[in-house]
Amino acid sequence: MAKKTAPTADSPATLPKSPTGINGLDEITGGGLPTGRPTLVSGSAGCGKTMLAMEFLIHGAIQFGEPGVFMMFEENPQELAANVRSLGFDLEELTAQKKIMLDHVVIERSEIEETGEYDLEGLFIRLSYAIDSIGAKRVVLDTVEALFAGLPNHAVLRAELRRLFRWLKDRGMTAIITGEKGEGTAITRYGLEEYVADCVITLDHRVTEQISTRRLRVMKYRGSLHGTNEYPFIIGAHGLSVLPITSLQLDHQASTDRVPTGMARLDEMLGGKGVYRGSSVLITGSPGTGKSSIAAKFAETACRRGERALLFAYEESPAQLLRNMRSIGIDLAPWVSKGLLQIHASRPTVHGLEQHLVMMHDTVVAFDPAAVIVDPISNLTLSRSETDVKPTLMRLIDFLKHRQITSVFTSLTTGASATEGPEDSQLGVSSLMDTWLLLRNVEFNGERNRVIFVLKSRGMTHSNQVREFVMSDSGIDLVDVYLGADRVLTGTARISQGAAERAAAELRAQDHQRKLRQLAAKQKALDAQIAALQAEGEVGEAEVNFAIAQETLLTRTTQQAADAIGRLRGGGDGGKGGAKPLRGIR
Amino acid sequence: MKPTQPAAFELRLYVAGQTPKSLAAFANLKRICETHLAGEYRIEVIDLLQNPQLAAGDQIFAVPTLVRRLPEPIKKIIGDLSNEERVLVGLDVQPVTA
Repeated sequence: MAKKTAPTADSPATLPKSPTGINGLDEITGGGLPTGRPTLVSGSAGCGKTMLAMEFLIHGAIQFGEPGVFMMFEENPQELAANVRSLGFDLEELTAQKKIMLDHVVIERSEIEETGEYDLEGLFIRLSYAIDSIGAKRVVLDTVEALFAGLPNHAVLRAELRRLFRWLKDRGMTAIITGEKGEGTAITRYGLEEYVADCVITLDHRVTEQISTRRLRVMKYRGSLHGTNEYPFIIGAHGLSVLPITSLQLDHQASTDRVPTGMARLDEMLGGKGVYRGSSVLITGSPGTGKSSIAAKFAETACRRGERALLFAYEESPAQLLRNMRSIGIDLAPWVSKGLLQIHASRPTVHGLEQHLVMMHDTVVAFDPAAVIVDPISNLTLSRSETDVKPTLMRLIDFLKHRQITSVFTSLTTGASATEGPEDSQLGVSSLMDTWLLLRNVEFNGERNRVIFVLKSRGMTHSNQVREFVMSDSGIDLVDVYLGADRVLTGTARISQGAAERAAAELRAQDHQRKLRQLAAKQKALDAQIAALQAEGEVGEAEVNFAIAQETLLTRTTQQAADAIGRLRGGGDGGKGGAKPLRGIR
Repeated sequence: MKPTQPAAFELRLYVAGQTPKSLAAFANLKRICETHLAGEYRIEVIDLLQNPQLAAGDQIFAVPTLVRRLPEPIKKIIGDLSNEERVLVGLDVQPVTA
């Protein structure tokens, strides 16, 4: 058996603690119960004191290597073994291995006759013997009040109890003493808290409106910081499970990764990439607007990426959910069989809200998903006030954020009219959510269509458009909304408007073509004109050239003739051009 | 005429060491037995400090405790047995007026 080392204190100055091994309790107490000191666990009948004490011993023996002695005054060992077996612990085996020792002290009032002075040394001897025979470090006394009922001399009893607790301390035993809850404000019926003052834990089991909730509170813990609030817990299949406090500190990381929702147009509305990883998304809307569908699409998208998704369904059974989603093209069945998607469905009235929370917490820790969907949360608050729900949801969301799990919550809003303020969310938990998508039905032109818009999305630019949201056999997606005459158009109005616009665009295009053709023709005509003028120009140019050639030829010829005449008339060349004066006519 | 006791008494006195209470209890017990049981008895003294494992067997938690093992049913008396009347009631013994 692997021996888990007990978590040590951060600094040597803090109190040494013995871990209980109970889910969540060690976190609340900052490490466990005070080592070597007695702890008082009080609560009314059926609260779980014996269970808590038993788990403390068993985990101590198996996980932390500290054998323990269970001294019981009411139950007998067989009953206890049977009760504990249902949690998967085998007491007989542990007893045989000398890890646990059970001692049943029977106090039969009718058998006892007080005949003089006495003390409870017999008890001490038995306890001492039991501790020595297995080397125990942990002791449970359950419940010492049976001594008060059995022995008439309470003065002696109190003195002896004081001595007993001091004796336990001297021997360095980490002990749990269980006690019945007292009347009114008293912690225990017989005032045991006077003697056991180092650490007091109270358990509570309330039934409000037919639903029971169990709560635990560390009322006192000398020498240590501890959470003083009430924490819900459940007694589940593996024992106690307490919801720890990590949620109370707002120190979770903020990722910059973006996670697509599965609908490309919706991602565009959310800054182009989708929601932040680890953020919380609220989808609200009137009935039938498609909240579950969007949530399911988100789950499917996560699974497609290879991430695990957890779906808590509070309205439909898993089979019904699968069938309904398949009808709009979202097939979740293969992801379930691959183990990437887990669907947990139950009616919210089965447990109290806190129980749901603890179960969700345990399931998330066990499955380690990247996305969690709760559909719907409005169910969980059926008969409870807002003040109850908000802290619980706050814890859940903080817990999920700490683990960087993207969470999607759907919620039903009453009020079908599109004009009623959507911000009046039923739960008032919108402040806990980073992104809020609102779905609405819009009635126009004799039909109702669904629209979606992003009411808020922290940390990113988001569209303020109202878009139509369509679910069909092939899937769900957003469509652009047409605005006509200052009104949002959806459904057939959109289609007809779209057709009209398309026709108009077609017409315009054709008109444009016609214009272009006209201009082209004009251009052609101009070109022809230019060509004609150019041809004329060429002709003129040729004429000019001819005239010049003519003139040149004529001039040359005339000059040649003059030269010839000159030569013939007298000697010498006729001068070059110009008339020459006649030289002496003879 | 001494009334006859129904059967022999088997008594076990549990003590924790030689404390004044233990010694007183033993002395008281001897005296009561001599007076009222007239030889039809057997006393066994068990020191729990020597034999701690025997405490669980007879369900002893107080000291001193006197256990009447025979005749049945088993009866337990706690205290140093200084209150003779209560001892007799506890042992279910008819007091012998000497």
